[in-house]
Amino acid sequence: MTRVVVDVMLKPEILDPQGEAVVNALPRLGAGQVASVRIGKRIELEFTEGTDEKVMREQATEIADKLLANPVIEDFTVRLPDASEAEPTA
Amino acid sequence: MSPRIGVVTFPGSLDDVDAARAVRLAGATPVSLWHDDSALRGVNAVILPGGFSYGDYLRCGAIARFSAVMETVVDAARGGLPVLGICNGFQILCESHLLPGALTRNRELHFRNRDQALEIGNTGTAWTGAFTPGQRIVVPVKNGEGCFVADTATLDALEAENRVVARYVEGNPNGSQRDIAGICNEAGNVVGMMPHPEHAVERLTGPSTDGLGVFTSVLAHLGATTV
Repeated sequence: MTRVVVDVMLKPEILDPQGEAVVNALPRLGAGQVASVRIGKRIELEFTEGTDEKVMREQATEIADKLLANPVIEDFTVRLPDASEAEPTA
Repeated sequence: MSPRIGVVTFPGSLDDVDAARAVRLAGATPVSLWHDDSALRGVNAVILPGGFSYGDYLRCGAIARFSAVMETVVDAARGGLPVLGICNGFQILCESHLLPGALTRNRELHFRNRDQALEIGNTGTAWTGAFTPGQRIVVPVKNGEGCFVADTATLDALEAENRVVARYVEGNPNGSQRDIAGICNEAGNVVGMMPHPEHAVERLTGPSTDGLGVFTSVLAHLGATTV
């Protein structure tokens, strides 16, 4: 396993106008029970084969903190996907 | 010799030529700076212009922050060099942590492009000395991600320290908190604003010539500090 997944979400208190636009469209799909939609980003980092798991986590966390997320407006999580998650399509 | 004012061009910058023209009309010498070159060429001030640096990939300004030129601009700004970020330049200054807060998607999702009334706040900065506090000016605004956000403590501090440089009046185009259109750092040498003063420097092409004051301000500031 050489992949690390970083999920970036707007902090709860930050307005997400994209999510609001989506939730406002849902009644037209017949899905009027959805109360809220928040849109984030999923970023997949592919490390060189054989990279130590601890190193991957540390580097991914640093990359997420410095570049992938803006801590003023966003939170992020770093995780190593388990085997049940599908491989990305090439 | 007139002051030399650098204008950085990033891949995707749009308003670097207009910024350089505004610098020239104000009486200074514009100097082209390149994103991939850390040299500041002896300039007395730097402008980060509007546009879509690096295609706005990831977040507006997020990748520009790591460009070669920004490493030296950040160091020089901390040392007191006057730096002005307009629109995308404001986003880059926030991403570089030279200014607090962040610029996010406009509240109504629309890209807003119109002539905008502003009320000038702090006139003690390197870029606003030609105005008077409370002065109303009109310059174009054009952004898709211009909604200024920061936590309440930061917003309170910006107001308490008189670091709001301009506010939107007669309508907030993007949902910015407390109608903030521009702010400065603690020292007042770094200013970021979403509206475009460089598009309001000639009657022929702008809604006013109010924007010229931003560029004459830095000339006066440099004159005052180099004597």
